[in-house]
Amino acid sequence: MPSVLFYLFSAIMLGFGILVVALRNPVSSALSLAMSFLGLAALFVSLGAFFIGVIQVLVYAGAVMVLFLFIIMLLDIQAEQRRKLNLPAVIGGSFLVLVFALQLATVLGSFPEGHRLLNAVPLSPETALAARQAAGTVHASIDQDLAAGKLPDVKLIGETLFTRYHFHLQIIGVLLLVATVGVIVISRREDKTAAPSEPAAPAPSQP
Amino acid sequence: MITLNDYLLVSGLLFAIGLAGVVLRRNLIIIFMCLEMMLSAANLSLVAFSRFNPSNGLPDYNGQMMVFLIITVAAAEVAVGLAIIIALFRARRTVHVDDLDAMKH
Repeated sequence: MPSVLFYLFSAIMLGFGILVVALRNPVSSALSLAMSFLGLAALFVSLGAFFIGVIQVLVYAGAVMVLFLFIIMLLDIQAEQRRKLNLPAVIGGSFLVLVFALQLATVLGSFPEGHRLLNAVPLSPETALAARQAAGTVHASIDQDLAAGKLPDVKLIGETLFTRYHFHLQIIGVLLLVATVGVIVISRREDKTAAPSEPAAPAPSQP
Repeated sequence: MITLNDYLLVSGLLFAIGLAGVVLRRNLIIIFMCLEMMLSAANLSLVAFSRFNPSNGLPDYNGQMMVFLIITVAAAEVAVGLAIIIALFRARRTVHVDDLDAMKH
């Protein structure tokens, strides 16, 4: 990936990230966050992690941000905008970020491994194919792609996920089930008689 | 050309922006969005390390599995967190953290 694209997508990611914090309207913040995640997905693709990039777009920029926008419009929290910032939080936050950035610069400066170029660590499907055949793992579809000199990212992720990480996958499935049940329990109205007095959720009033 | 440090720096800056948002903003939903941003910044570091430390000519897929699990957990976290925010808004009529100080008193 040319350097220009790296800088472009980094700028998109960081610029819209700053807008998330800076903008006063929650809807603008949410849309900026979606753009920031799109930039991040492009960086994933630049690292050869195609599957993770697609998942980032589908799950984060798609599902999660739509959920955020839905909740923001459901709650209709426009009235929150008029408050002024409290000064201790601004000073404390800026100081914290400054210290963090300084620490980051120091750590990265003394990290010789980090000075390797992306071109200096090339991926070699031939080596991978030889290693797979030596280890006795035969998966015709993956091996064909590797022999053709391609990187079958999704197939390799699937293979890893369903062999070495199958137990983790099941745990994650249970976690999602528990989260789904939990969400239903939490968001259920406790008192059915109090329901008519709820002024909740008119249609979103902003354009 | 792009080095590993560039990716780590960008990732760290995104994390710092998210941290600043969590500390600076008083709106619960914005704070929650900034938490998501910090999780994604960690993901970028993991993917960068996975790419720059290849094993047998392929990226180290253990790192990308970690990212996959983090994204899944983050999605579950968003669902539960937003449900809690909805319940909180029903009870208190606000999502402003300065008004949610019942545990202080």
